[in-house]
Amino acid sequence: MEAQAAPRRQTGSRRWRRALEDRRVLVPLLIAPSIIFMVLVVGVPFVWAIYLSFTDAIGGSLSGNWVGFDNFTTAWQEENFRRALRNTLIFTIASQVIVVIGAAVLSAFLVRDFRGKWIIRFLVVLPWAAPVVLSTITWLWIFDSLYSVVNWTLAKLHLESGLVSLLNAVGLGDGAQAPLQWLGRPNLALLAITLVHAWRILPFAVVIFIAGRASIPNEVEDASKIDGATGLKKLWYVDVPLQLPIALVAVLFGIVFTAGDFAVVYILTQGGPFNSTQVLPTWAFQIGINSGSLGEGAAISLYLFPLLVVVSVAMLFFARRAQVT
Amino acid sequence: MTWRQKSLTYLVVGPFAIILAFPFYLALVTMFKTNDDLAIQTHSPYVINDAEGNFHWDFWNDATTEHVRFLFQDTNYPQWLLNTLLVGAAVVAITLLLAMPAGYALARLAGGWGQSAGVGIFLIYLIPPTLLFLPLSRIVTNLDLKDSLWGLILVYPSFTIPFATWLLMGFFKTIPQELEDAALVDGCSRLKALIRIVLPISLPGILTVVIFAFSLCVNEFIYAFTFISTSEQRTVSAGVPNDLIRGDVFFWQSLLAATLIPAIPLALLYNAFLDRFIKGFTGGAFR
Repeated sequence: MEAQAAPRRQTGSRRWRRALEDRRVLVPLLIAPSIIFMVLVVGVPFVWAIYLSFTDAIGGSLSGNWVGFDNFTTAWQEENFRRALRNTLIFTIASQVIVVIGAAVLSAFLVRDFRGKWIIRFLVVLPWAAPVVLSTITWLWIFDSLYSVVNWTLAKLHLESGLVSLLNAVGLGDGAQAPLQWLGRPNLALLAITLVHAWRILPFAVVIFIAGRASIPNEVEDASKIDGATGLKKLWYVDVPLQLPIALVAVLFGIVFTAGDFAVVYILTQGGPFNSTQVLPTWAFQIGINSGSLGEGAAISLYLFPLLVVVSVAMLFFARRAQVT
Repeated sequence: MTWRQKSLTYLVVGPFAIILAFPFYLALVTMFKTNDDLAIQTHSPYVINDAEGNFHWDFWNDATTEHVRFLFQDTNYPQWLLNTLLVGAAVVAITLLLAMPAGYALARLAGGWGQSAGVGIFLIYLIPPTLLFLPLSRIVTNLDLKDSLWGLILVYPSFTIPFATWLLMGFFKTIPQELEDAALVDGCSRLKALIRIVLPISLPGILTVVIFAFSLCVNEFIYAFTFISTSEQRTVSAGVPNDLIRGDVFFWQSLLAATLIPAIPLALLYNAFLDRFIKGFTGGAFR
């Protein structure tokens, strides 16, 4: 009996081993653990949150009565919601414009070889490496109502009254007077938050742009030289099309990071003054957690998702097309 | 480069570096300021001044380390740093354990699936965390993990695994298939080839994933902020804004010290692994 059992066990384990060599077995075996985990911690909560957005769930309970699209329409009718949606768009678009221009310029020079490149690169990467919450607290100090280093510098350079009249002239000053209350006035706070977002995303975009430049083969450079493409012509017909796919990826990540961000607005203004700087994530938090309307909070968060999906699909589509041509 | 090109480079790169690094410089100066130097508004915020508001080159005689000492001895800051390290280490371990096989399978074995998986991974990032955390906070409560670091350790891999799988997929693709084939011909099993051949070569890539996944954990705010209500259990990103932002002006020196200290080692690590990060990132996206 024992003598018979031993060989059978051996063939069993050999069959196992052969099965492990088969891709149809090995691939699911390697991928399954992470997929199961992701379904449990992302898939289930996601579906659950979608369900919640159609119920009147409140507070700590995770179920409620089905109310259809009521939460979505209630949210939409709130003035604060529409302002939050508008602010999310403003912060995202305005900061990404600054980021793309800045990254295009900075990356063009950072690929060169020069002395002190290491320290320059270290300084440039700092805003990306620093934890967002902590570096935003530093900006809280920079924009402090009494001790703002920005206002101190403007006053020292006798530029403060000039800037105040300029901001009022373009309609951003809210009728402010010196010293400027950067986080205490609606439009100034919008400006300050946009700048902080641009500041923290820029290094990431620069790094991706550098990668894009590095991927352009030297032959292209030589060929365009022979063909007489120089200056703006070369920039428009050679550099821009070649870098477009990777630039789009950088912008796409920038959009997702900015539109979904909770920390920067929460730390700088908590959505104030008078809810003028709320964005969708902070407004969802305000309604869903602070006010306890779980269902409506989920609905507010969900407004962002289709928007991001449409933008991403469009950009990935363009990126792939640009890459092929 | 000609002299003109060189000076143009510095003229562009210099101001950018100054603006981007400025908040950190300001934090560095302010954390050593005395209360008087901080509070008198005529004093320059850019440097450490003496009692009359003048800067001297031996500025360390006008500085104080009292606020840094306070941060480390009279607040929970060291505990938060330790908690962050613990959570980060545990999450990174779970992430590698799950993402390495997945990344390898997608890069090598799954054929055309790799591309769609890349897009799928990206779509996960579009789900707003503010949406997920409503049900997640309930799940964590039901598992009796509220107010515990384990709750964070359970939830954080939800954003580190997709990211790590993406990066690792990029790294594994850069390793020549022939190396593995040779091992397979020599009678290695696929798993053995993975462990003996692929892992050692991709060690730099794996280290890159470790650093960037760890940094994602340090950055995380909303879960750490809402799942945990006891000060001693917080991570640094939740503890500092929760407990250290106070009305008192003279708290700013300690607060700015608290923001600067984690940034420096992270930035050094980022710089050391930046080139590899680029390789993995673009490799996952464009191959």
